[in-house]
Parts: sequence; structure tokens; C-alpha cells
Amino acid sequence: MAGYAAAAVALFAAPMFLSDFRLNLLAKFLAFAIVALGLDLIWGYTGILSLGHGIFFGIGAYAMAMYLKLEASGGRLPDFMGWSGLKELPLFWQPFSSFGFAVAMGIVMPALLALFLGFFTFRNRIRGVYFTILTQALVIITTTLLVGQQAFTGGTNGVTGFSKILGASLASPDTKRMLYFVTVLVLIAVFVACRYIVGSRFGKVLRAIRDGENRVRFIGYNPAMYQMVIFTLSAAFAGIAGMLFVLHVGIISPSMMGIVPSIEMVLWVAIGGRGTLIGAAMGAVLLNWAKSEFSTSYPEGWTYFLGAMFVIVVVFLPNGLTGLLGKIKLGKKRRVTKNEPTIEYPAM
Amino acid sequence: MRNRKLLQVGIVVLLVSLVISACGGNKETASTTPSETAGGSNGAAAADGIKVGILHSLSGTMAISEVSVRDAELMAIEEINAAGGVLGTQIVPVVEDGASDWPTFAEKARKLISEDKVATVFGGWTSSSRKAMKPVFEELNGLLWYPVQYEGLEASPNIFYTGATTNQQIVPAVDWLLENRGKKMYLLGSDYVFPRTANLIIKEQLKAKGGELVGEEYTPLGHTDYSTIISKIKEAEPDIVFNTLNGDSNVAFFKQLKDAGISAQDLTTLSVSVAEEEIRGIGVDVLEGHLAAWNYYQTTDTPANAAFVANYKKKYGEDRVTADPIEAGYTAVYLWKAAVEKAGSTDVAKVKEAAKELEWDAPEGKVRIDGETQHIYKTVRIGEVQADGQFKELWNSGEAVKPDPYLKSYEWAASIQPSE
Amino acid sequence: MDVFILQLFNGISVSSILLLIALGLAITFGLMKVINMAHGELIMIGAYSTYLTQNLFHAYMPSSWFNWYFVISIPASFLIAFLFGLLLEVSLIRHLYGRPLDSLLATWGVGLLLQQLARSVFGAPNVAVTSPSWLNGGMRILSDVVLPYKRLFIVGLVAACLIAMYFYIYRSLEGRRMRAVMQNRDMAACLGVSTRRVDAMTFAIGSGIAGIAGCALTLMGPIGPSLGTYYIVDAFMVVVLGGVGKLVGTVLGALGIGVFNTMFEYWTNASLGKVLVFLCIVAFLQWRPSGFVAMRTRSLD
Repeated sequence: MAGYAAAAVALFAAPMFLSDFRLNLLAKFLAFAIVALGLDLIWGYTGILSLGHGIFFGIGAYAMAMYLKLEASGGRLPDFMGWSGLKELPLFWQPFSSFGFAVAMGIVMPALLALFLGFFTFRNRIRGVYFTILTQALVIITTTLLVGQQAFTGGTNGVTGFSKILGASLASPDTKRMLYFVTVLVLIAVFVACRYIVGSRFGKVLRAIRDGENRVRFIGYNPAMYQMVIFTLSAAFAGIAGMLFVLHVGIISPSMMGIVPSIEMVLWVAIGGRGTLIGAAMGAVLLNWAKSEFSTSYPEGWTYFLGAMFVIVVVFLPNGLTGLLGKIKLGKKRRVTKNEPTIEYPAM
Repeated sequence: MRNRKLLQVGIVVLLVSLVISACGGNKETASTTPSETAGGSNGAAAADGIKVGILHSLSGTMAISEVSVRDAELMAIEEINAAGGVLGTQIVPVVEDGASDWPTFAEKARKLISEDKVATVFGGWTSSSRKAMKPVFEELNGLLWYPVQYEGLEASPNIFYTGATTNQQIVPAVDWLLENRGKKMYLLGSDYVFPRTANLIIKEQLKAKGGELVGEEYTPLGHTDYSTIISKIKEAEPDIVFNTLNGDSNVAFFKQLKDAGISAQDLTTLSVSVAEEEIRGIGVDVLEGHLAAWNYYQTTDTPANAAFVANYKKKYGEDRVTADPIEAGYTAVYLWKAAVEKAGSTDVAKVKEAAKELEWDAPEGKVRIDGETQHIYKTVRIGEVQADGQFKELWNSGEAVKPDPYLKSYEWAASIQPSE
Repeated sequence: MDVFILQLFNGISVSSILLLIALGLAITFGLMKVINMAHGELIMIGAYSTYLTQNLFHAYMPSSWFNWYFVISIPASFLIAFLFGLLLEVSLIRHLYGRPLDSLLATWGVGLLLQQLARSVFGAPNVAVTSPSWLNGGMRILSDVVLPYKRLFIVGLVAACLIAMYFYIYRSLEGRRMRAVMQNRDMAACLGVSTRRVDAMTFAIGSGIAGIAGCALTLMGPIGPSLGTYYIVDAFMVVVLGGVGKLVGTVLGALGIGVFNTMFEYWTNASLGKVLVFLCIVAFLQWRPSGFVAMRTRSLD
């Protein structure tokens, strides 16, 4: 408990020690940590691997970006619509001039989409690898559509060129600090919510589904219900993270929702340690920080480091960094063998 | 057992060093020393030099094009340094990787300006990367030199555009085609912003100039099977295919076009993204006789170009070629240097002021910065691919064309200009 | 009518390319349950092997022989990709059996490494492979319908690979062992089959076939470090749609995707065509979660 408190204090104190640029980076990484928490809920705790969280992240981000773009255009047509040949604002863009509506949509739309997908997929008992590959197909569909509808979505460029939020300039350091604190608060709230879920009876059923879906079914639970709920929740978290991401980075484009970022999101969780919330969050921050540092120090060969790290951690540390730390702390000589990971994942 | 333990110890060491490096970077900024890591790893140690940023994709799908531009920019910096630097100081390049990912471009641009305090940045290739960096440069009042031809309709006060805008490449190319190669045009492009905007302009132009649009197709980035598209082109029977496909798709398209029994004699194609570098990756046997529109070819006959090509080959290998964006990147560095020397300072406002109407003998010929739009005057050239992988110039505009990113001087383009 | 014939041929041709890139995966993923995200990079290795063979012929062989480099490059690509696969299995994949989702993440890392390796060795820009002149041109079956020899060649190559794989898996001693290990590892081990050896061989063969695919793709598309990323998702879709574990399923999956893709692309456009095909796949998997041809099994988990 003391550890968590210390972490929270450190996060709140960070603006005093970090330059504007580093604070901005950290804020972005904390937004990523929120996605990681959501992913950990479905992968680490329920055993469903989604390689499509980029979609949910992206939808949240686009909702916020649409608001910011309208705010920046100040009543005129957003620039990319002009050069795509559009003459007036499309109907579905109009309500996004309201901040409240945009935020609501940023949470509701990913959640609804996830619910829709989950409703069919989980009831049809599509599991394991099949689910994973299905989510990849969805990523391809979404990004191709977004890119193709340039007049409405900004195409590959995405949506960028924002100036203010709720009247406050996005460029000012004060706004940036404020947004950082908002991100920290949201992260803590999501973390607490996840802790609550994981500790509850609901969370126990989730873990039971992970370890033996059919047994849970035979006992009389309906796993599909549980999977649907947690998948929806996880998508909503990703949407929230997407909204925060846009505020910090100032751009969202389909390149942030594709196959590559979706897999990277899972890797944050894998490296931090699936099945522990703090591991997932730490993984997102640490890995992105490492990526940023490596690519600055070795612009030419940094992907060697990144690739090697993925391989080593996934193969030899199935429980990620937290697993490693836990082992050091306990001083146990327990060996993780290749056939028996400490957490058992369902076979295909 | 023992092995495994050793391995785990190794991993711990690796991870700890990782964490330390992360924190190290952290402290560095806290004590306000500019990050040394980048400069150090780039082999330029002079702490008192003028730092400039080089921001291109060195990994990911765009690396195929951007790495060569970075090479040219580094070569320009090296040449300037060898000749005594700028304002008597050496230039220290800080290289960053945009990783073919637009938010990364924004992040790295921010880092270069606010952490490394670079005087200027040379970088970008795709329109998307430029659009991602633009707000950052405007917010932090940085200076970006963008070296690639693009779709126009932009003039940021913080960007200098050393590639062609539409009226220096696409518009004259379409005019030339309508005059020399026929009226029926088929527009083929990758599904992203440059082709769509370019085709929007071309369609207006065709309407005004009596051309006929017989088809328009966009394929997803990274599309590799063009058999169906080629069937469609056959059916539409165009005189000309105006090709705005991007990088890798060009390889697939031209290879498959040739196999379908369509050669440059049967059908004119004009590409705006196929230069000497791409020819090397597609194969001359496939491309011979096809056309392209650029402002510079390796064969362009100027004294500056002879030296440029010789130096580039000497530095990076005889088999390397120069091409339009490579030359534009090289030119950008020299234009910046000239502006800095005229201004006597690297201050952004002063450099911008000094850059107005600045002239320089670039490999492509004499170029001049247009003070109003911060684009440069460029000569338009249409070339045909020869058997040796080089272009033969079929036509050029004679004099350098004044940049007009918003096409204000073209009556037919009225509907494309942004509404107030 | 002309267009219909041409498009029918195009559909078959696209299917054959898809099948070629998916065949290796049908073994590594279908039989071994390793989600090999580095499959695309193995294809890339095959393509670069072809490039190297071409350069060797240029440098050391009389120019009249040059046309035959492609004949050599097919086994060369197979062999080089085979060796890479073997190395990969022995060093990494071996630790990942029974953890399919982990194998996905680890091989993703391997893919990154291999891409960067290609960039370091061959440079970032694309390289060109000149196709042999005997594959240039096409067969004119109607006045306006030309079937390119290269596409016909790929159809033939796929057929040859399929037949070879059929005989290897279902008619040879090695293949019988392979099937035994994949169906019941413990039992096979008890009966004296060296499961380690079989695993390594199986994975390496799957990789080798990816190499052949890479070699064939040099005829049609780009050869660069990120070549594999263009094909990897399609390859997985083919295997999953067809049904894991049966070759005939993979063939059906490739045909389904290839034919529908060309059809949709012809009727709409390339982007929308792709979206429609993937939507169909998603919908189909809802209906039959285990693909066209499912392995019958009584076990539940």
C-alpha cells in the first residue's frame, strides 16, 4: 500500500523535476498505461488476447480530435475537408463541437463497438488464437476504412493542428500541466477500479474463465457474459486513453491504430507482467521510455534492442518484469519451465 | 539449470541498466544540460557547435525512401564543416528516427526543438509526417526544411518547402501530357492525402483544358496485386495513366503492367513518385520508356550537379544514385547556411527574414526562395527512363517556375482554394 | 466476356499467390500451433536469397546462363529460409510450445530483428531482381486476353509445392512421424520418435516454403526490408479461414479470399474490396469458428 502511495506522490511531484518536454512524454506514457490496464484485465485476468485495442484507442482519440479540430477551426470548415473537396461540415461532425458530447462518445463508442463484437464472438465461443486473429482482421477493416474516407476522417494524415481546449491554449505550459494532472487522476481512478474488479467475486470468475472456461461453464456460469462485460470495459478504458493521448500529442492518425501499435500495446503488458495491474502500467511507461531513449541514442539500430527485449522477456520471463522482481524479492528458487508457466493459459 | 540462472542474472543486469539509462536521461534535463546522448552517438563531439536536427524515418516502411535523403543532408553538413562551418562554427547534426509513424515525428520534433535546442530541422517525407510536425514547429517557433514534392495548399511560417508544390510538378506535367500524348487520362494513386489532393487538382485542370477523365482508382498503401486494376485500365482505354502510387506499390504495378503485355509504347504513364532511386528498386527492364516529372535528375547538366553526384557516389558508393528529393534535402542545408550567414545569427525570425529572395546555385540549377510562401523557384522537367536507369529530359520549363501552393494564379483552380 | 475470363484468371492467380505465402504458415501455425509473426520476414529472406543468387550469377557465371539463375534460386531460397527456420526453432520456438499467444509476441520481436538486419545488410532502399526472360510475356488465349507467364508459373509452382507437401506429410516416414508428434506428442515419444528432431524439421520445412514464396514474389512485387509486413496478415487469414491443420482447408481458404477479393475489387475499388473481404471473413468465422475444414475432435479444451 505504501508503495502505491509513494508512486502516486511521485507522479504528482513529477512536474517539479521534469522539463516540459519530458513531462509531456510522461503524460503520453501514462495514457498508454491506461490502455495497458484495460488490456491486462482481458488478457492477464480473463485470458483473451486482443490485438485490436488500437481500434478502441483510436476511436476515443478521434472523438476528442474531432472536438479539438472544430474548436481550432472556429466555425470554419476543418482544413482537410477543404482540400478533400467537401463544402460543408458533415452531419455526424456537428455534435462534436460540444466537449461533453465528444468525451461521452470517446467512451461510449469504443464500448458499444466492443459490446457488439463481443456479443457475437464470445457467444459463438470463438476463443484463443481465433479471437486474436479475428481482432487483427477488424484492425485492417477499420484502418482501411478510415484511410479511404479522407474527406470525413483526414485519411492517413489523421486529424491534427489543434489550438485550444475549452478556451485554454493547448500550447501554454499551464494547460499542459493541468492535462498532466488530469491524466494522473484518471490513471489512478482506472487503477483503483481495476483493483476493485480484480478483487471482487466478478474478478474471481474472470480468473476461473482464464484457467478453465469449460469448467466454469459446467458449474453454471455463462462465461460469454463475463467476457463481454470485461471486453467492453477494457475497450472503454482504451477509449479514455485515446482521448488523453490526443491532448498530449496533438495528432491522431490511422497509423496509431494499425496492427503494429495494437501488438505493441500487448507487449507493454507482457513485458511489465500480465496478471498484475501494477506490472501492466509499469510496463507501458518503462517500455515506451526505453523506446524513446534507445531511438534517440541509437537512431540507426534501436529496433535491434527493442526486438531483442521482446524476445528475451516473452520467452524467458513469462511473467514479465514484475514476475522477475517478485522472484528476487521472495528469493525463491522456483523455476519457470517452458511447459508450465506460473499462470496457465487456455490451450487453443 | 545453471544456464538458466545465468541467463536470468543477465536479464536482470540488462533491465537495470535500462532503467538507469531512463533515469539518467531524466536527471540530465533536470539540471538543464542539453541531452548529450544524441550528439555523442552521432560522432560529433563539438559541444560549442550549432546543432541541427535531422528527422527522417530510418525504420519502418518509409525508410526505403528517407534514408537516402538523410545521407544527402549529412553529406551537405560534412561539406560545410570541412569548408569552415557556418558563422565560423561547426554544425553538429542530431539524427532522430521518425519510424514511419506520424505521432513519433511530432514527438521527435518537439524533442529536437525543446531539448536539443537545435537551430533548425531538416526532415519529413510523407505529407502526414509534415502535417504532424507542423503544429509543433508553429507552437515552439522552430524551423523545418521539408525536402519532398507535395500536394500544396499549405504555407506555414515555420516551414521552408524545398520540394515542388503542385504548380511546379503536377500542373505543368498534365499540360504537357494533354498537348503531346493524348486527352484520355486515367488517375491511379495510393490511398492517402497526396494522390487524392493531386487528383482533385488534375480533375479541375482536365475540365478546363479539354482533357477527359476515364477512370480514377486508389489502392491501399502496401497494395501488391494490380491484376484487377490493370484489367480496369485496359477496359477504360486511356491514352495516359497519371501515376501517384507510393513507393512499394510502384514496384508491383510496373512489374505486373509489363507482364500484362502493356509496354511504354502502348500506354503513356507519368509518375510523380518514381525517381532514380525507385528505378533501382524496380528494375530498369520494367520501367524503360516510362515518364516522370521532377525538378532534378541525376543527369541534369549543371556544374554544381556534376560535383554533387561525384561527391555523393564517392561518399556512399558507386552504385548509389541521386534523385530529386535527395537533391532537395542537400539544397535545403545549403540554403539554410546561406540564410544564417546573411542574417549573422541562427535566430529563427532573423533567418526567415534573411532567407527571403535568397539565391543559390543548386545542382538543379539556380534556385530562389520565394519570400511570401517560403517555397522555392524550381525548373520543371519531364524525363523518360533510359536503359541505364537514368532519365532523359524530354522537356523543361526553361526558367524556374514561381511557386504557387494555393494555385491562386490559375483560374480553373478557384474551387480548390480554401474558403474563407 | 474477355474481362470475365481475365478476372477469373486473376482470381485464381491471386489465390495461388496467397496460397504460396500461406503454405508455410499452414505447417508452422496449422500443425505446430506456433503463431509465427516472423513468417513474413522468412518470405523476405527468400526474396533476398533470390536477389543474392541473381548477383552471384551476374558476377561469376557467363551471361548466357543468367536466365537460369531463377531455377537455382528456388532451392537456394528454400535452403536459406530452412536454415533460418532451424536456427529459430532451436534457439527460441522450442521454448514456446504450448504457449501459442506467447509465440506470437516473441516471433513479432524476431520479425523486428530480421527487418533491421536486412536494412543493415542490404540497405534500406528496395533492391531489384530482373526476372528471367523466359518468364516475360504471356499466353494470348483471346485477342484481348493475355495470361502472363509469371502468373501461370506461380500457379504451377504452388501446385508443385502442394504435391510435394502432400507426399511428404502423408506418404513418407518422416511425414508420418510429424503427424504422430503433432497429434499426440507423448504417445509418439513413447514409441521412440525423437520429438525434438521432428519439431525442428517441421518448423524448418514450413520456413523453407516461406522462402520459396519469397522467391516467387520477386516476380510480382517489391523486394525490401519491410516486404514481409505486406503479406503476413493475409497469410494468417488464409490459414484461419481454411481451418487449422488441414492442407485442403488452406487451399480452400486461399481460393475463397483470392476470388472474392478480385471480384469485390473489380466491382468497387481496391480499398473497399479489401474491407468487404475482411468483413466476409469475420462474418464467416462467426458462423464456423474453426474454418472451412475443421479437425474433428472429441476433446473439449
